[in-house]
Amino acid sequence: MRTLAQASARQLADAWGAWEAPPEIEAIRGPEAGLVMVRGRVGAGGDRFNLGEATVTRATVRLHGGPLAAATVGSAYVLGTDFEHAWFAAAFDGLLADEKLRAQVLNDVLAPLERGQASHDDVRHAEARSTKVDFFTVAREHV
Amino acid sequence: MYVAVKGGEKAIANAHALLAKEGRGDPGIPAIGRDAVAGQLPVLVSRVMTEGSLYDPKLAARAILQCQGDVLEAITLVRSYRTTLPRFGYSEPIDTAGLAPQRRVSATFKDIPGGQQLGATFDYTHRLFADPTGDGPTDTGADAVPMPRVSDLLGSDALLEPDRAADWTDPEPADLTREPTVFPMTRAERLQGLARGDEGFLLALGYSTQRGYGSTHPFAGEIRVGEVEVEFDAPELGFPVPLGRIEVTECQMINQFTGNADTPAQFTRGYGLVFGRGERKAMSMSLVDRALRADEFQERIVAPAQDEEFVLSHADNVQAAGFVEHLKLPHYVDFQAELHLIRRLRRDFHDNAGSKRETNA
Repeated sequence: MRTLAQASARQLADAWGAWEAPPEIEAIRGPEAGLVMVRGRVGAGGDRFNLGEATVTRATVRLHGGPLAAATVGSAYVLGTDFEHAWFAAAFDGLLADEKLRAQVLNDVLAPLERGQASHDDVRHAEARSTKVDFFTVAREHV
Repeated sequence: MYVAVKGGEKAIANAHALLAKEGRGDPGIPAIGRDAVAGQLPVLVSRVMTEGSLYDPKLAARAILQCQGDVLEAITLVRSYRTTLPRFGYSEPIDTAGLAPQRRVSATFKDIPGGQQLGATFDYTHRLFADPTGDGPTDTGADAVPMPRVSDLLGSDALLEPDRAADWTDPEPADLTREPTVFPMTRAERLQGLARGDEGFLLALGYSTQRGYGSTHPFAGEIRVGEVEVEFDAPELGFPVPLGRIEVTECQMINQFTGNADTPAQFTRGYGLVFGRGERKAMSMSLVDRALRADEFQERIVAPAQDEEFVLSHADNVQAAGFVEHLKLPHYVDFQAELHLIRRLRRDFHDNAGSKRETNA
């Protein structure tokens, strides 16, 4: 779910399109946009407080036909208001619920997405680390 | 008092058309797209998200464009939009210790575990006009190391006031967007109000504390900027779902000590947390947060920044702008009543002056 939430709508739509004879997707709920109040903690580790809201889109779909032996249900909640993102994330969640297809989805869809996200993170982290500094204090320090 | 007026439809429609034309600038120059604003004005987008109290970079960019860069107008637009959406619920509290910081600096300890990492910052720029270079940094091959929170390091020696009391129960916070404001507030409620408060107002108040109006002797213990995952416990699924990541800026301000017969001297803390890259706001917020804890530490309340009702009632720029700017709407009937009154006062004055002259004569 983490990988699906972090993927782009385009990536998921393409991955769905690449699926041979995909099952039918039928909407049960949504996609619909709403809000989740994001919470932080006072001083980072104390009481919870309400920081501010974030837009979230959710969808619940029913998959049937195609390679599926039985109908499955998939759900997704993703940040933002991109209906397509939630729609396809829910569809893949539904595929993951099918025992026979699960391994294939993990392998063919989620693993490449995860690798892409990890390498994106690696680049970002390396960029950030390149700004690490050592400050030298000129005055003598009193310990 | 404001009394409704009618008419002026055509003029209003034309005023809007003129506004759109003025906002377009030279038609020979390409219009700015939303993605360009989101990508190239990220600090502005962060401010609109924080004070609009809605994390959505695309919407904030759209608001900025539509409002021609009027930040408060854009914030109002975002706030209005959020009222049209249903609330799915509350997230799990974000774990800022877990975020891989893009930026992380401490002004209190030079050699913090994980080191100082400048990230994308305007600090150490010369503040002179220069042409941008877009090549990005050169890889130094520095190793990834964990960056624990500075407050946890100092806290382990009990030099710093702890995050939670011994009898802590993790209370459910009140929500200012759902419940009427009642003073005094809890610190959690104050932080919600400050988080959506106006950057300029909080900056000025934070500055006032530094200049002696409710002095708290602050040090920037730690500033962290980075992306953190948001998890939402969807009731129908029964487990926390990762929704994706949001960028946040956090400031831990360390302030001078308190102590008494029961507790040895300890540094006290102020906290700031905002959406996106908003370091100035996070720092101002943490200064004001600490100043507002005056009551908790039995400090004398002598300055505006320590007055909870004053600060929280005036921090919201949507409310402030609304009340100030409503003055330009037609107040004709109201003003007419004032005119009647002043004319009568003047008539009475002249009548009295006339009768005085007669008596003196």
